[in-house]
Amino acid sequence: MPSFVNPEKCDGCKGGEKTACMYICPNDLMVLNPDAMRAYNQEPDQCWECYSCVKICPQGAIEVRHYADLAPMGGYVQPMRGTDSIMWTIKFRNGNTKRFKFPIRTTAEGSIKPYAGKPEGGNLDDGLLFTETAGRATLTPAQDA
Amino acid sequence: MALPNKPNWELLAEPDLSKVPVVEHEYDALIVGGGMAACGTAFEIGKWMPKGSKVALVDKASLERSGAVAQGLSAINTYIGENKPSDYVRMVRNDLMGVVREDLIFDLGRHVDDSVHLFEEWGLPIWKKKGSEGKKLVEGGEPVRTGKWQIMINGESYKCIVAEAAKAALAEMGYDLFERIFIVKLLLDANKPNTIAGAVGFSARENKVHVFKAKAMMVACGGAVNIFRPRTTDEGKGRAWYPVWNAGSTYTMCMQVGAEMTMMENRFTPSRFKDGYGPVGAWFLLFKATVTNGKGEHYVKSDAAKAELAKYSPYGQAAVTPTCLRNHLMLYEMKEGRGPIYMDTAAALNRFLEEKKAAGMDEKELKKYWKELESEAWEDFLDMSVGQAGLWASMNIEPEKVGSEIMPTEPYMLGSHSGCCGIWVSGPDEDWVPADYKWGYNRMTTVNGLFTAGDGVGASGHKFSSGAHAEGRIAAKSMAKYVRDNAGFKPTLKQTAEELKAEIYKPVVTYYEHYQKTTHEMVNPNYIKPRHMMERLMKYTDEYGGGWSPYYMTNGKLLEIAMHHLQLLREDSEKMAAGGLHELLRAWENLHRIWCVEDHLRHIQFREESRYPGFYYRGDFNNTSDTDMDQGGWKCFVNSKYNPETGEWSTFKKKLHTIIA
Repeated sequence: MPSFVNPEKCDGCKGGEKTACMYICPNDLMVLNPDAMRAYNQEPDQCWECYSCVKICPQGAIEVRHYADLAPMGGYVQPMRGTDSIMWTIKFRNGNTKRFKFPIRTTAEGSIKPYAGKPEGGNLDDGLLFTETAGRATLTPAQDA
Repeated sequence: MALPNKPNWELLAEPDLSKVPVVEHEYDALIVGGGMAACGTAFEIGKWMPKGSKVALVDKASLERSGAVAQGLSAINTYIGENKPSDYVRMVRNDLMGVVREDLIFDLGRHVDDSVHLFEEWGLPIWKKKGSEGKKLVEGGEPVRTGKWQIMINGESYKCIVAEAAKAALAEMGYDLFERIFIVKLLLDANKPNTIAGAVGFSARENKVHVFKAKAMMVACGGAVNIFRPRTTDEGKGRAWYPVWNAGSTYTMCMQVGAEMTMMENRFTPSRFKDGYGPVGAWFLLFKATVTNGKGEHYVKSDAAKAELAKYSPYGQAAVTPTCLRNHLMLYEMKEGRGPIYMDTAAALNRFLEEKKAAGMDEKELKKYWKELESEAWEDFLDMSVGQAGLWASMNIEPEKVGSEIMPTEPYMLGSHSGCCGIWVSGPDEDWVPADYKWGYNRMTTVNGLFTAGDGVGASGHKFSSGAHAEGRIAAKSMAKYVRDNAGFKPTLKQTAEELKAEIYKPVVTYYEHYQKTTHEMVNPNYIKPRHMMERLMKYTDEYGGGWSPYYMTNGKLLEIAMHHLQLLREDSEKMAAGGLHELLRAWENLHRIWCVEDHLRHIQFREESRYPGFYYRGDFNNTSDTDMDQGGWKCFVNSKYNPETGEWSTFKKKLHTIIA
């Protein structure tokens, strides 16, 4: 069933303006049932196991049960995504576990100011992007031979 | 228990169209899509549009995690760095068997690094060689190269970072962002022939139709997935190699307004770790792993393999074997009964350890070194294909102890990875670009005002994530130029908002007219569900169009049968039924799938050779021609065009130019 929701942990994002998993799923799969105040995956066989919902869930209520038609039971991969790194726990069918931690970004989330310190656009009729100055950006095949 | 004769979707669709409002918008430039290319356009366009312009981006998902990079990536596959753009062209050209647009590839090679530098500035961690840690690329930091063009990253949040920059740029310019609106149809101008005027779509969250008017449009909604029967057909069909939400919308929407398509016969059939479809690039390039057949032989080094490659000279005999021919050799082994094909992960990892041991590394250091190596191996999956890590965990696979099977997947259509199907666009307006490759606005399609990038641009593969972003930026500047040059143009739609709404919501009306005529809403002779349309499409493309089950083989006769089935599918698509908003999304996606596959098969039918052995074969023309079209050969583009006025298709040869020797 790819991603699934633990009903004991899911609080439907308290019926707030934004249900996190529903907001993020790239394939429009996660949806909130307002009566039960729980989310669910409405089309499990279209789940990419991209883990976007797992990573964003504020309650840690979403996990993945790997594709039943290809994966034997018991394997388990779960992330904890922080602001600058992600910690993965991998549990094997035989009970072995591995843990890995990787950086995810070097700047604070929400801090990007894309135009700060950048030039304005130059000549609309040449081939330079606004952040580029000549050099490689204006090469021709003959010059690059 | 209640009878299953009701829609079971959480968000129901409204069949009473008087209760479905239409919102009409007007923009100077509209960006459709939310992946790397669209984010590139969103970042660049604000610096070029005339002051006071209105711009919007419309994404069917949420920008933070939409597109092919949603899950993350473990590498950036196009970073020119110390190399030359002309060598980049040579590499792409050989990998794609000679038929590519060298102008577009060279142009991309000139600009791509600037996007990579921005990613790093925005916060993407890029691996650096020992000795230059902490130094950015622009400061002379040396990336960890796995191949000539690839660099390693910690890319879990790659898309989040790029999307954050795009969103911030849109916000700073006062531009609009619409999420969860699926654009399904482009609209031509009522007065000016062959000119884009807008688009229509609907919300996946509320019963609302959105009609957009725009002078210039970027359409960059990725490639096409779930168009051929997948190897895993139940739950696991979600584990597509490319993102399962890519429904061919870019190709179909542009084709339907008459944009000329190119190399739509090309497809990508990647060889990946079997079933989990985890990436193999790092294993080949970083860990130097080899592939063996079931007998443990390094079959690619055999005389038989060399003889096979010689059949496809000069491409097969280049220093780097083209991706399709690597598949070809693999399929050859499998068909000869020498499967399965293994990636020898154990030998590769242990060789590193043996080397360190031989160099005198002590036990403690060796243990630390192994930890790093193991972590790198797993990160490759966890950054971009978590499902593969899950499969290894489920199968108790430790890569240092046992190899894993490699298998060619089902075919995909795309233009940014190692494939090159897509739309015929103008190259840069510069002297060195052949006259028939340019018409004023870089990356504009043959429809005035309609631009594309990333998977949308044909005959120019190997852009990958960074190249798609850079290409979106290149197109953004052209869009601004087009808007400036056509300042007086006032887009006028042919259809009224009410007519468009009726068309978009037709599957909803159909569903609610009939759903209670049987006791199970899935089985009803009055309509066809989107799910069944997709399954039928995938069955017939697989059997007749050269999917995995006949080892990617088709021929003229089989293609005729495929085309007949597609015709029937298109007729039946008039009876698509959707009870919920999510199902309406699927209905339109599957219509997009049918159209782009039809064009794909028309091209394969037209090209009387097998240009990409290992991706597909024509049994009746099972050779590759390296003769120019002027001598009756196939070393040329195949282009096609759907005429929106008459509903007729035409498919034809187009001249190929060699720009770089």
